[in-house]
Amino acid sequence: MSKATRLSPTTKIVAYGFLSLWLVMAAFPFVWTLWGSFKVEGDFFSKADWANSLFGTLTMSETGGSFTGDGYYGAWVQEEFWRAALNTLIVCVCVVTISLTCGTLGGYALSRSTYRYAFWFLLFALMFRAMPPLTLVSGYLLPFFEWNLWGHLSTTIIVLVAINQPFTLWMLHAFFKNIPKDLDESAMVDGCTRFQAFRHVIIPVMWPGVITTGLFSFLLAYNDFAVTTMLLSKENQTMVPKLVSFLGTTQTKGNVMFAVAAVVSITAPLFVMIIFFQKQIVSGLTAGAVKG
Amino acid sequence: MKHSSFFWFVLPSALLMLAFIAFPIVSVVTQSLYQEHEQVIIEVENCGPFGCTTAESVDQEATAALREAQPLGQFAGLDIYKDRNHLAFAEVGEAWTSSVSMRDFAGSLMNLPFYDAIAFTLTYTAVVTPLTIIFGFLIAIGVNAVARAMRGPTIFLSLLPMIVTPIVGALVLFWMVDARGVLGAALQWASGDPDLSVKASTPLMWIMLMVYGTWSSAPFAFIVYYAGLQTVNTDTLEAAMIDGATRWQRIRYVVIPHLVPLTTFIALIQLMDNFRVFEPIISFSAQAHARSLSFAIFNDLGGETRLLSSAAATSVLTIIGVAILLSPVLVRTWRDFGKER
Repeated sequence: MSKATRLSPTTKIVAYGFLSLWLVMAAFPFVWTLWGSFKVEGDFFSKADWANSLFGTLTMSETGGSFTGDGYYGAWVQEEFWRAALNTLIVCVCVVTISLTCGTLGGYALSRSTYRYAFWFLLFALMFRAMPPLTLVSGYLLPFFEWNLWGHLSTTIIVLVAINQPFTLWMLHAFFKNIPKDLDESAMVDGCTRFQAFRHVIIPVMWPGVITTGLFSFLLAYNDFAVTTMLLSKENQTMVPKLVSFLGTTQTKGNVMFAVAAVVSITAPLFVMIIFFQKQIVSGLTAGAVKG
Repeated sequence: MKHSSFFWFVLPSALLMLAFIAFPIVSVVTQSLYQEHEQVIIEVENCGPFGCTTAESVDQEATAALREAQPLGQFAGLDIYKDRNHLAFAEVGEAWTSSVSMRDFAGSLMNLPFYDAIAFTLTYTAVVTPLTIIFGFLIAIGVNAVARAMRGPTIFLSLLPMIVTPIVGALVLFWMVDARGVLGAALQWASGDPDLSVKASTPLMWIMLMVYGTWSSAPFAFIVYYAGLQTVNTDTLEAAMIDGATRWQRIRYVVIPHLVPLTTFIALIQLMDNFRVFEPIISFSAQAHARSLSFAIFNDLGGETRLLSSAAATSVLTIIGVAILLSPVLVRTWRDFGKER
């Protein structure tokens, strides 16, 4: 460590203190919910004493053990959350595949074109990126009802891919800019067409960028609520709208413990994803920024 | 790259964006100029032993047929924009003439749904964006100061609030602040008010929504700043130190100028994302206290009667809002890009 970055003890203590505080703020809510998901509602929301949720007093008296899987059983088996999980899986796989296929082609072209319209294309994509999804959804509903497209998984997949496209294009454009032009141009000098150059020269070296972009496409599809809740019929619901249905509305009674179990179930895959792909996520977040 | 090959390469993306982003914008604008057909009323004469009475009833078949024939509804011009749920010109005019002070006027404005939604959306955007930037910067500086071994786990845990589904993240916080949750109990203890409940208080609800906003986006600012800090020129830092700059001066005059372009980037992304705030309102069931523009659209679209035209008008107004918000950034990007070519 160079001298300029060495710190005084007080600065160090302040830094460690502040960071520990932040880490508690970031992680504690999740730990608390995970713990609470194995209790009964009377413990998770304890009117009498908050410590009940730690020791599970009511859980003990209601179920006989200090942990219970009732919330999970109710959500996954009784309310068929597995169906929603399956739908989410289908939606995510399709969205990621289609987004990346269209995105790599488009992003590559945008990074190689020196004409003015490539820039306008990107600027329009940026404007589209800023549209709140719900404003677009209110434009879909009537045509989708008219043409009988409403409610199907395939419609939602295409819509999510389209909403995802501006972001995907920007990100892949940035990645392709970093792959030297000489690579594909020399292939073209040797007689390849543009597409052959892309196919044989660019595709083998593009995977790090594509994987990173794929992670973000996955997150967008997985985390979406606005589009999936408005465009999917009840039997095709994905996990997030299903979770919201557990909360109940003023008309229908929900079951909060099912929702708690669903929350943990939705978070778990994301948790695993961060463990394996932390580096890619960090590099993806900074890709657009650091290079300007 | 040749024009023709560029065309074929971007075609799939361009088609998708045209069909599902550009076309819906056109469709929303059109829809907002129409309003639902009124029900067809027919007069039915009922003659009984005590004479005849005429009653009005709804001709269901005719109504359905009319709706079938013209799904958009009947042309209404700008009427939807002017009604009470949107720009409410009549109500605003009345409030302006009848209110005695600006405060009074603002109070009556807040009773109109559209102005209420725009007030919340703008306040949320204006508060959360700077807080995210400041908080993210502080975490980045903090992480840069601690031992290398601690950095990996710190980044891992910090990513959680950002990566997790917004609905889920907001729910997890909301359950803890609930009057029966652990933080809610702590709040009641700290304020000495056993009936204190975030659900029941508008100011507390606004604060909680903004706390959630900052909590979930600060990691993004942190990661971007952290990456930026790795590329600060150490020679410049050391030179500044030899010249007698204190730690604070080094941050102020070397590090911060280096991070300014990143701040623009974060601010741009955050403005876009905060302006569309929607999910936390669902999770917090905050609709009684705080409604955003996106929530207003959602509210119109959901439920038994889908108020398509009303939602469309709010959408158009929202899109105009986004355009105004982004215009400085767009002009800037355009200039910067223009220089490069």
